[in-house]
Amino acid sequence: METILETKNLRVEYRPQGRGQPKKLAVRDLNLKVEAGEVFGFLGPNGAGKTTTMNVLLGFVNATSGAAYLFGVDVRQPIARQRIGYLPELTYYYKFLTAEELLRFYARIFGMSRAQADERIEELLKLVELDSARKRPIKTYSKGMQQRVGLAQALINDPDLLILDEPTSGLDPLGRMKVREIIQRLKNEGKTVFFSSHELGEVETVCDRVAIIHQGELKVEGRVDDLVETHQGNLEKIFLSIVGYEGRSAVAAASVTS
Amino acid sequence: MTTILAIAGLVIKELYRRKDFYVLLVMTVVITAVSWLMNFFGENNIVRLLKSICLMLIWISALVIAVVTTARQIPAERESRTIFPLLAKPVTRRQVLMGKFLGCWLACGIALVVFYLFFGIVTATREHLAVTELIKGFWLQWVMLAIVIGLALLGSIVFAAPSSNSTICFVVVGGILFLGGHLGQVAMHLTEPGRTIVYAVYFLIPHLEWYNQREALVNDRALAAWSYCALATAYAAVYVAALLQATWLVFRRKTLNV
Ligand SMILES: Nc1ncnc2c1ncn2[C@@H]1O[C@H](COP(=O)(O)OP(=O)(O)O)[C@@H](O)[C@H]1O
Ligand SMILES: [Mg+2]
Repeated sequence: METILETKNLRVEYRPQGRGQPKKLAVRDLNLKVEAGEVFGFLGPNGAGKTTTMNVLLGFVNATSGAAYLFGVDVRQPIARQRIGYLPELTYYYKFLTAEELLRFYARIFGMSRAQADERIEELLKLVELDSARKRPIKTYSKGMQQRVGLAQALINDPDLLILDEPTSGLDPLGRMKVREIIQRLKNEGKTVFFSSHELGEVETVCDRVAIIHQGELKVEGRVDDLVETHQGNLEKIFLSIVGYEGRSAVAAASVTS
Repeated sequence: MTTILAIAGLVIKELYRRKDFYVLLVMTVVITAVSWLMNFFGENNIVRLLKSICLMLIWISALVIAVVTTARQIPAERESRTIFPLLAKPVTRRQVLMGKFLGCWLACGIALVVFYLFFGIVTATREHLAVTELIKGFWLQWVMLAIVIGLALLGSIVFAAPSSNSTICFVVVGGILFLGGHLGQVAMHLTEPGRTIVYAVYFLIPHLEWYNQREALVNDRALAAWSYCALATAYAAVYVAALLQATWLVFRRKTLNV
């Protein structure tokens, strides 16, 4: 099987924010491997280091030590990003453009021809249901619409690997379901999806494998079915025991995750 | 190259969808028109006066557009986080800088063409219009703006806030325009080590005042020769290349998340 995404002893330290403060170790010696065609859930509570890991994969942040590869290419080389699509955690796009113009801009960056771009943009605007708003500036969009523009731009180059940072956070139930549907569809097309989340229910339904990190450290990794079997409980229970809320009442635990 | 052009195109699009440029243009037209009307029956030298007011306004407007537009580019991309989806594409940071530089410079060029057309009209209604001289004046000013844009771009990565960067750029550019030419004479009257320091500054700063041809344009004299223009262009190219390289060196390793 082809390894699509890999990190080797990845370590990320942030410089101290203020004087006298310690360095912040956001990711410690993380080893991950995602194979072709998998939907991989990257789980952890807020501040666990999920976004930081993705930022390294995308070249925004430099690893303190260790290495990361996409399609076997070191992430420090821009070419590693030719076949990926990325949806940031908080999405804002050029507000003065319309959805159509935004997608055309990104299509140009991928060197797509005019005709190719037209066809692809047509397809994507239908997929994310923004067809009717395509000529409006993005600054007039609602949050859910912006998230869908984000999804469309992530798919512009028909990527083989999608890196989605909390794609469903802040969306209403309908919006979430649509995002799940799209992920499912991509999986059926044989794409690899690497996405972070702390919504465990949805992860259980769409993921083949998951990794749970806490305070920058990998705690558990494996197939969802296997994990549920060996730990004798659903993903939520496993997650909670890892982050240290074992034994508390379900109500208290639920309020912690939300 | 397509990538650089796509990014440059975005800068231009943003500029004409914002209103600042029109404000400056309208202001120049109105002030020139008012001064024309007020002196309608008076002075014999009205043409000189009109032309010098108009050119002064053009110089100020062009500098404002160049500095303010450039200083905003990278900080706005980081603030609105649009830099993330952009860099997640196979785009290098050098290409982002080149695209921004080119976009700002072309945008300034377009604005300058409009301003100079107006200046040409003002001139043509009163006296004969030397078109080639006008083109020379335009070219030299545009080339000078390339250096200013290079400075502002470097500043936008070194300094945190766009406003402080703009202020510093205006002070530096204004300082060079008014004092740069006199530093050599100043140095001669100084004792060591002041002398060496001022001489060093004199040789290091880009001499923007060499591009100022306002006097000749106003008095309908011949401007500098074409060979001078060519040399001045080469001189500017060296500074621009050095500034872009320095900008890239700072930007290259910068951690981008906020
Ligand atoms: N630029 C930064 N400087 C310092 N610390 C940071 C920075 N970005 C993130 N962190 C810290 O690193 C840790 C991991 O953050 P992050 O990767 O955003 O977590 P997650 O995405 O899993 O919620 C957090 O404790 C966060 O406060
Ligand atoms: Mg995060």
